[in-house]
Amino acid sequence: MITAEQKPLQEIIQYIAPYDKILLVGCNECVTVCAAGGRKEVGLLASALHLNSLKQGKTIDIRELTLERQCDPEYVEELAAEIKDVQAIVSMACGCGVQTVAARYKVPVFPAVNTKFMGASESQGIWAERCQGCGDCMLGITGGICPVARCSKSLLNGPCGGTSNGQCEISPDVDCAWRLIWERLVELGIQDRYEELNAAKDWRPAGGGGPRKIIREDLA
Amino acid sequence: MKTESRLEKVLAAGHIAVTSEVGPPRGCGVEIVKEKANMIKDYVDGINITDNQTAMVRMSSIAGGVIIKQMGLDPIIQMVSRDRNRLAMQADIIGAYALGINTMLCLSGDHPKFGDHPMAKPVYDIDSVNMLKMVKDMRDESKFQGGADIKNPPKMFIGAAANPFADPFELRVARLAKKVAAGVDFIQTQCIFNMDKFEKWMEGVCDRGLHEKVHILAGITPMKSLGMARYMKNKVPGMDVPDEVIKRLEGVSKEQQPEEGIKMAIEQMERLKEVKGVAGFHIMAIEWEERVHELVEGAGLYPRPEV
Repeated sequence: MITAEQKPLQEIIQYIAPYDKILLVGCNECVTVCAAGGRKEVGLLASALHLNSLKQGKTIDIRELTLERQCDPEYVEELAAEIKDVQAIVSMACGCGVQTVAARYKVPVFPAVNTKFMGASESQGIWAERCQGCGDCMLGITGGICPVARCSKSLLNGPCGGTSNGQCEISPDVDCAWRLIWERLVELGIQDRYEELNAAKDWRPAGGGGPRKIIREDLA
Repeated sequence: MKTESRLEKVLAAGHIAVTSEVGPPRGCGVEIVKEKANMIKDYVDGINITDNQTAMVRMSSIAGGVIIKQMGLDPIIQMVSRDRNRLAMQADIIGAYALGINTMLCLSGDHPKFGDHPMAKPVYDIDSVNMLKMVKDMRDESKFQGGADIKNPPKMFIGAAANPFADPFELRVARLAKKVAAGVDFIQTQCIFNMDKFEKWMEGVCDRGLHEKVHILAGITPMKSLGMARYMKNKVPGMDVPDEVIKRLEGVSKEQQPEEGIKMAIEQMERLKEVKGVAGFHIMAIEWEERVHELVEGAGLYPRPEV
């Protein structure tokens, strides 16, 4: 899923400083799962913003709403009824949600979270990057471990010389992706596969060819 | 012969090759490059010029290489895939060859995290294995990586690095095999301190006959001090400094440590000369270029052969 983290409160406060009628919109998808922008976080952020405005000696009107999905125009349409006298929208969705809302309404839309990466949950409260959306998945030849996302240098043909105790040179807290791949290939008894040359990657499907789009004629 | 490289000629003639390196300055000091190159010029068959080593901006390796070439010496330019995409690399390779540089080393490079620009966006468009293949295809097939023909292709003698000490050890011979398959001509290894492990790696290399397909230069770094040995043991990624090395330096006075370091390096070179598959040495003196001649002389490798 797409992971996100709430922005520093001061940054959000600066965005909305000129306004006193705010619509704060959460998203019930990925940012809910990673506890960055779901219904609960909308409530907490609204309280924090209220508290701040009281400290400043003013009151602001913050309406709270959490959409099923902010990256989908059908759900974003639900905001139409709420938007009338709103001066600014603060979105707690990922960058896709913020942009979908901004594209629909002629009101300034400010992000309340920093969209991070495509990650998987390692354990309670810990998410780790697992995919960079390179558009040409090579997990089938790397034992199900992605070198593009998980090697700090995105090396396609094995580990660099910086591996120490099986960890990446950038930090002992980061697994060397190629150590993991090698162990997995050995475990599966297919380590000979390591020596097959993985050609230089075509980065066009990864975004090197400009903004990406999927068109499904059967669904469009 | 694939190229006009002096290193290729020395290796092809069966001599034990010696290379060393010069780290270019973090400024425009041409004299600094010349001074360092002059210290080692009579003792080596090629001079590596590092490419933004440790992810710190320095005079470009190609500029340093040209300065060294203009001195009538033999530069080996290093190129890291960290700082350039494949277009920039190929442009630089053609440019370097046009300026008289015929030997290069393909590396992935240290991650920007280690340098003074950790905020930089690392490139890593292609890895070092694909960089090797790209340079080989440019030379042997007259093809750009994208497939178009090159008129007047660069005839580079192509090197790469190998680190027998990084994990997982069992993979390290296979990693070399992959570089051989991609077309590497010579290898310069990581600094060797753990001799037993290196010899074990070389056994694996020879068992697969890789030593007959690629010239392997063993990496030598003399320890200047106990502090340096400890730093390399604990702080430098992928380095394997056994406790014996630390103990031996602890056993002599601080003033004697540099001499002990030189002595140890010479002993290593003597032992490595006997190891099957070792075709030469790559001396990484790390800002200690003035002592390189002692190692080369001490190991009985001076004078360098005429080729």
